[in-house]
Amino acid sequence: MADAHAHAPGLAHHFESYEQQKESAFLGMWIFLAQEIMFFSGLFTCYLVYRVLYPHAFLVGSRELDWRIGAANTVVLLLSSFTMVVAVLGAKQGRRKMIVLGLLGTLLFGGIFLGVKVFEYGSKWEHHLVPGPYFEWHGDPSVGREVELFFSLYFGMTGMHALHMVIGMGIMLVMLPLAWRGKWTPQNHNFVEGFGLYWHFVDIVWIFLFPFLYLIGLSGGSSH
Amino acid sequence: MKFFDFPLFPETASTLAREVDAVYFFALSVSAFFSLLIALFIFIFFVKYRRQRTAEIGVPIHGSTTLEIVWSLIPLVITMVLFAWGAKVFLHALTPPPDAREYFATGKQWMWKIQHPEGQREINQLHVPVGEPIKLTLTSEDVIHSFYIPAFRVKHDVLPGRYTTVWFEATRTGTYHLFCAEYCGTEHSKMIGTVTVMEPDDYETWLAGGPAKSPVASGAELFVKYACNTCHMEAGSGRGPLLHGIYGQPVTLAGGQQVVRDDNYLRESILRSGAKVVAGYQPLMPVFQGQISEEGVMHLIAYIKSLTGDESPGAAGGGAGAADGTGG
Amino acid sequence: MQATASAATPEAVRPPRHHYLNVDYGLRSWLLTTDHKRIGILYLLSITFFFAVGGIYATLIRLELLTPQGDLVSSDTYNRLFTMHGVMMIFFFLVPSIPAVLGNFLIPLMIGAKDVAFPKLNLASWYMYMIGAGLTMYSLLHGGVDTGWTFYTPFSSSYSNSFVAATALGIFVNGFSSIFTGLNFLVTIHRMRAPGMTWFRLPLFIWSHYATSLIMVLGTPVLAITLVLLFLERVFQIGFFDPALGGDPVLFQHFFWFYSHPAVYIMILPSLGVISEIVAAFARKPIFGYKFVALASMGIAILGFLVWGHHLFLSSQSAYAALVFSVLTMLIAVPSAIKVFNWMATLYRGSIEYSTPMFYALGFIGLFTIGGLTGLMLGTLGIDVHVHDTYFVVAHFHYIMVGGALMGYLGGLHYWWPKITGRLYSGFWSHLSALLVFLGFNLTFFPQFILGYLGMPRRYHVYPPEFQVLHVLSTAGASILAVGYLLPMVYFIWSLKYGDYAGRNPWGAVGLEWQATSPPALHNFEEIPVVDFEPYQYKGAPVAQRLPYRIAKYGA
Repeated sequence: MADAHAHAPGLAHHFESYEQQKESAFLGMWIFLAQEIMFFSGLFTCYLVYRVLYPHAFLVGSRELDWRIGAANTVVLLLSSFTMVVAVLGAKQGRRKMIVLGLLGTLLFGGIFLGVKVFEYGSKWEHHLVPGPYFEWHGDPSVGREVELFFSLYFGMTGMHALHMVIGMGIMLVMLPLAWRGKWTPQNHNFVEGFGLYWHFVDIVWIFLFPFLYLIGLSGGSSH
Repeated sequence: MKFFDFPLFPETASTLAREVDAVYFFALSVSAFFSLLIALFIFIFFVKYRRQRTAEIGVPIHGSTTLEIVWSLIPLVITMVLFAWGAKVFLHALTPPPDAREYFATGKQWMWKIQHPEGQREINQLHVPVGEPIKLTLTSEDVIHSFYIPAFRVKHDVLPGRYTTVWFEATRTGTYHLFCAEYCGTEHSKMIGTVTVMEPDDYETWLAGGPAKSPVASGAELFVKYACNTCHMEAGSGRGPLLHGIYGQPVTLAGGQQVVRDDNYLRESILRSGAKVVAGYQPLMPVFQGQISEEGVMHLIAYIKSLTGDESPGAAGGGAGAADGTGG
Repeated sequence: MQATASAATPEAVRPPRHHYLNVDYGLRSWLLTTDHKRIGILYLLSITFFFAVGGIYATLIRLELLTPQGDLVSSDTYNRLFTMHGVMMIFFFLVPSIPAVLGNFLIPLMIGAKDVAFPKLNLASWYMYMIGAGLTMYSLLHGGVDTGWTFYTPFSSSYSNSFVAATALGIFVNGFSSIFTGLNFLVTIHRMRAPGMTWFRLPLFIWSHYATSLIMVLGTPVLAITLVLLFLERVFQIGFFDPALGGDPVLFQHFFWFYSHPAVYIMILPSLGVISEIVAAFARKPIFGYKFVALASMGIAILGFLVWGHHLFLSSQSAYAALVFSVLTMLIAVPSAIKVFNWMATLYRGSIEYSTPMFYALGFIGLFTIGGLTGLMLGTLGIDVHVHDTYFVVAHFHYIMVGGALMGYLGGLHYWWPKITGRLYSGFWSHLSALLVFLGFNLTFFPQFILGYLGMPRRYHVYPPEFQVLHVLSTAGASILAVGYLLPMVYFIWSLKYGDYAGRNPWGAVGLEWQATSPPALHNFEEIPVVDFEPYQYKGAPVAQRLPYRIAKYGA
């Protein structure tokens, strides 16, 4: 194990240079995100197919969601992206307090988002809008089943999104002590930057979810 | 059974079977030709260019763009011919002739229930006359099945919640296998039956063998039983579209969409009227999902199809747009 | 090429004092390893185990089909047998086979790198595989699944009374293993190539793995989300696909095949790469039309994403969709034909050595050709109406996956075994195994084409008696095939102790992996090689490195 790079802290043995390591890390992260896009594409395709099949029911279903809560949560999530940028900038400049503060801010806003989400889910449960045996529909009976499908997608899509946030927040909890101990330096902070990409990606997914789920009910169609 | 007494090629007993076999033989001969050609070349090279000395190396030939283009274009042309021919047969297989006798078949774990145009019912049996086009409208009560008669080279998946069709014209009398080809659970391999092709006279005799009520008559009864007539028959009531002569015609929906009122549209509108409401009508119709059996829906559709424009009590000459719509 | 200049001297044949196998001992050193070579070995052992499990299922299926009545097992059991056979063979053997074993071992060696880009992720991929396999084994031991490996809804989500959820979860977790492997390979091939190793100097094995990795990364997540939705529908009755819950069952089929058709190329593309390596090495000349063969891999991978609908010709998708999918399917014939014709042309004026890997490769070319041509028949709409869901399909995909992917895997294993272990295996027994596999395979599966055109539907436990003779032939072939598969297990293990030392380059092949010692050192090369030669450049390569093909003495 005579490591030629013993003198180069943070450079893995199988890389020749920091540059190679960095390029590999970023290419890997982008490929991972491409994979994530394909994962969410499945859900979005599902949504698209059923919305085209049952346009009316989707408008009816969407009206059961409170777009103001969704909008507020969008703002919260954008703020979390901002704090994430602060953390990445801190890593680039080697300011560990800035990294820690950025991560803490991101955790805070992420937590608020998830808290609101839990509240929303709870109210859906109370109104029997969770799909499955517990679902009850008191609106127009001829679209009840299709509205249930809308809620299948609502829970499927926002649930998968929330799961990605939970995983991200778990990773941030591990990152916090490492950042405090100064693991990341201006030469080697690929992990922080890569993680930032992940977090922004999760935000962008929400940017699509919000109009698709919350806003479509505001427009068009005769409401009754 | 003697050992060598087994078939290598299926019976050819429908008009479509000949067409399918023709494409198949074309594809088979092309495949055999290329397989043998490649095998022959490999064999020759393998023998001729075997290593003579341990240190010998092959002649470094790096390739030839001309050859690459040639052996890209040849498969391309052949496969395009194959595609076009296959597509022609396929589209023919998908398009039942308009004068076909209409049968209904319902698949359920693990049996086929079939009803004749005259109303006779059979289970895992299908009797048909030779030389007449037969169309089957298929649906499933549970999982996906597939209706397959190898001797006729016809097959189509049978899905819950929608209609599919197969059609054929038998060319030879005899009995043939009917299979379920889409895996459907434990007894999948026992969801089989026989198709009996008979001379038309024999078929008439067979039909006369049992009492039957035609699907149209059953549909007419259901139409009254479920009170469809209160909205869809009364001239000028205006609550639901009149149904005379509407089958196969396009209609505009409340959302501005255009659809053709085919079997699948009628099925959806009967069971869940709210899904596609005809423009100009309110979604007042009750939901019949779970109320009417699959067979009952087929009967209602048969009845609606039987209503022609001439008999229309109110809308003689057919009104414009919404006046002769359905659904809602 | 200087590194091997002294290979002809007897001492050089002896394995090096230190190599990846003896740097460290003990279970811990294996379970926590991040060495791509050791991870390849871990995968080799695990997929061999699951191949054996899948093989036992195949044996029971073939035994049951000896008679038309269902007399060996019940219908319910039979359905579980073919489902578990498919699940084990596809998700836990074929998909990981060449990439995870040979790819892991060879990609860094072939491009002149010390390891893959993310060694820890590589190890994580093996653990994901094992967890996924464990979940699937759990469902298997509790009775298994009876939905077919395709999990069609609504049967799988609402009707089946078997362990669908656990198996779906197992395959879902196993998907991570594929994604991690693919991601690792893509980054490794992009960023870890040795100086001078340009894209068009890459061995074709690398090109085919690049194409495979793209599919792994972009296709697997779609399967993952499909399984998640299936899981939600089955466990919580949240409707997505069941018409009774408002869903569309055909949408599931679209999703499933969006992964599972490209997955066929995950299985076959690496094999195509292996065959290119073997053909070049044993004809000792450059691959004819190297660039066309390389780009054909990419073409197959890209087209592979556009043809999933040819599994749904009869599923009530629109006729227009069927036409488009059919024509796109036909296009795949072109890159596939390019491969076959170029291999054929490579043999022309070669110096062909009759070695075991070469026999496997030639067998592969024949079987792949038949598999490909019958695939065209299935892609032809008019023929598919008749043969869809019959034994014709079964025969076709076994020609591709067993005659193709598995032959390629075995050929590759025979080709690189001396590199992996530093030992040579018995020439006679390995020739025999190649012959038995080829003959047994054809006897097993060729009758199934005839059965299929006769109209015998697949997944039938009992069948009409007129089909029996062909089934008996098929079962007879399967028993020969089984012997063909068991033989290598015996002589490979035997070679570990008794086989002759291989030396760096027993075949006299070119390629960076043959410059490393056998077995290779922990970090592969003494120093990172500089590549100043074209791929498969035999002309001008030092004569000394070409040792004659040696048949190990068997018996003692």
